[in-house]
Amino acid sequence: MQRSKNDVWVGLFVLLGAAAILFLALKSANLLTLNFQSNYTVSGRFDNIGGLKRQAAVKSAGVVVGRVENVTFDDKTFQATVTMNIESRYQFPKDSSLKILTSGLLGEQYIGIEAGSEADNLANGDRIQATQSAVVLENLISQFLYNKAADGADKGGK
Amino acid sequence: MSFIANLGFAVRSYLAGLGLGARLFVRLVSEFGSNMRRFGLVRDQVHFLGNYSLAIIAVSGLFVGFVLSLQGYYTLQRYGSSEALGLLVALSLVRELGPVVSALLFAGRAGTSLTAEIGLMKAGEQLSAMDMMAVDPVRRILGPRFWGGIIALPLLSAVFSAVGILGGWMVGVLMIGVDAGSFWSQMQGGVDVWKDVGNGVVKSIVFGVTVTFVALLQGYEAQPTPEGVSRATTKTVVVASLAVLGLDFILTAMMFSI
Repeated sequence: MQRSKNDVWVGLFVLLGAAAILFLALKSANLLTLNFQSNYTVSGRFDNIGGLKRQAAVKSAGVVVGRVENVTFDDKTFQATVTMNIESRYQFPKDSSLKILTSGLLGEQYIGIEAGSEADNLANGDRIQATQSAVVLENLISQFLYNKAADGADKGGK
Repeated sequence: MSFIANLGFAVRSYLAGLGLGARLFVRLVSEFGSNMRRFGLVRDQVHFLGNYSLAIIAVSGLFVGFVLSLQGYYTLQRYGSSEALGLLVALSLVRELGPVVSALLFAGRAGTSLTAEIGLMKAGEQLSAMDMMAVDPVRRILGPRFWGGIIALPLLSAVFSAVGILGGWMVGVLMIGVDAGSFWSQMQGGVDVWKDVGNGVVKSIVFGVTVTFVALLQGYEAQPTPEGVSRATTKTVVVASLAVLGLDFILTAMMFSI
């Protein structure tokens, strides 16, 4: 095939397009930090997970240490089972506890993991026993209204 | 009676048009091998369709990014979540605006020139002359343009999205003063490589096929008169734009509902 001066320009164009795709993948979607660390999997059971989704962050002291891998419903215990991948470089004691928290008032939900005090660390496949469910706003409000009403009834009775 | 005959004629010519289009499409696809063996022809078309569209795509992307950032900030700051600006700009560009707007611009910038070129070749009987010399015009003229367009548009879309994100960063971070760290980290937390960037690329490939094919078909089937060529050029823009928008809805519904 013959060479032509277009080669250079087409080559540049293709390189530019490839660079743009690379930029999108690396800079905007952060491909590098996603997959190349080894993880271990732990799970926990929650009475209510609120709006927790796959890929939600697992944070300890505010730092992201892992991601939620899967959320399933267990029809034996009627609880939600959340499996999460935690980066291997972060180790937690076996009696650590899980909490479903919300970033900001209406932000997205994430799992907070609080370190316990046992000597042994969590291993791959372990289940964390101490869990605390998501705070469901509707329950809070109805509880609040119920308490108010009870207060009002007390005062009316006196 | 003449009403029924008109209806019948309309349906018949519509079906004939569909058949011609489908046959041309199959032939273009089947010319993949021979076109890739003579890659010089395809390369020249990538140069003509891609390099020359780069300026309009990049400038449009920059300004779309600017405007997205301004408008997004206006809405987001009402809810006190202006740090999600990066995520908003990146997702709208990568998933939707990048592929669609660059396909529309591509139809206007490159599709029209394809239609006019081929229509004029047909009007000047150059295509028939090639046929006489046993040179297949679909293989020699249409094929390289088809594959050139398919190569060029996804690259242009990626450039559009990337430049748009940079534009959004300029306005959001440099001008308005959104925190740079949360701008990028929210974006990186919310954009998925395969689901968002990958599907955007798939969309732009489909649009590349659509726009280039519509342009070639309109040129190839144009009436061989100056009037016919001008009508075909107009039709290219209308049909290609509508096809892109309609397909975009179908593709979005398919991809993001899963």
